Amino acid sequence: MNFEDHNHVVVIYPHPDDESFGAAGTISKFREAGVPVTYLCGTLGEMGRNMGSPFFANRETLPEIRKQELQDACKVLDMNLEMLGYRDKTIEFEPRNEMAERFKKYIEELEATLVITFYPGYAVHPDHNAMGAAAFEAVRRIDSEKRPALWATAFSNDRDEKLGKPNVVIDLIDSFDKKLDAIKAHRSQAEGMLSQLLANSEADDEYEAAMERFRYEGFYEVNVDDVQY
Amino acid sequence: MEAIKLEEVQKYINQFTNQPVYVHLETTNGAYASHFNENAYNVGAYIRNAQLTYKQGKIVEHEGSYRVGLKHDIGWIYAEGLTDFEFTDSQQLLLAGHDREGRLMVALEISPEPFSY
Repeated sequence: MNFEDHNHVVVIYPHPDDESFGAAGTISKFREAGVPVTYLCGTLGEMGRNMGSPFFANRETLPEIRKQELQDACKVLDMNLEMLGYRDKTIEFEPRNEMAERFKKYIEELEATLVITFYPGYAVHPDHNAMGAAAFEAVRRIDSEKRPALWATAFSNDRDEKLGKPNVVIDLIDSFDKKLDAIKAHRSQAEGMLSQLLANSEADDEYEAAMERFRYEGFYEVNVDDVQY
Repeated sequence: MEAIKLEEVQKYINQFTNQPVYVHLETTNGAYASHFNENAYNVGAYIRNAQLTYKQGKIVEHEGSYRVGLKHDIGWIYAEGLTDFEFTDSQQLLLAGHDREGRLMVALEISPEPFSY
């Protein structure tokens, strides 16, 4: 994988923390190679049920807390951030055409050569699937000679059966710090999960336990003309 | 938020009676319930900024958690499983029920002004 061959990477996910769980290591590898990365983050995760462990957020304070966490994670990953202002859990009810046009404008203006998003239908959360579908549609609307590459994150239980294994796999064995720091920036969302990971693992510490779970970032490189979404 | 104190919360509930209020009511078991357990169901609902005037309201304790019922002219608002509360500087009464891991399962919130978007 020649990360430096790319001009600009645009990451399109709906929630603060999707970028850290799904692609932080990959993002940091592009940044190390000098490639700018921009995150189009759909919502502020306003309706998340994780409030910290022990909880320190509530339904009304959560958006501002997650906004700060998102900004902190983007600082860790040294990437640009655009917050799109949709509301958590409502992406699938927004007009896909309008979202696709909006994403397309960003992709074209940033001269992106790679778009990373969720694989619609294989990303479990309705917001993931809807955001991915709009991102696929945005890429499809770009003339094929100018079209960026498209990498999609999928983690539904039927993923391997329906799609096979991811064809882009990034190993973070030698660069896991950034990934873990980015995840930990999302304190309200990650604290409980990380301590549970450690409790359910034979690893000696949080770093090792997280590495067991998050060492590889897998993507499906997709030709948008070949898929239904 | 802190553990619900029945008398204090009842006082706030009384304070909002017979005046127009905005209500946020929600329950969720998360977006991943059936992902992690194929026998589970994803269930959730929320309504944000329902505007109403209730004429009576009561909080009741049951084995360490609480139920609230608010009666208005043409119906009821109901929530079960509430454990924690906060009364904010902007005069909002926030009630929520959390599981052992601190995750929100149910919320009922009452405010004299609309909740932010």
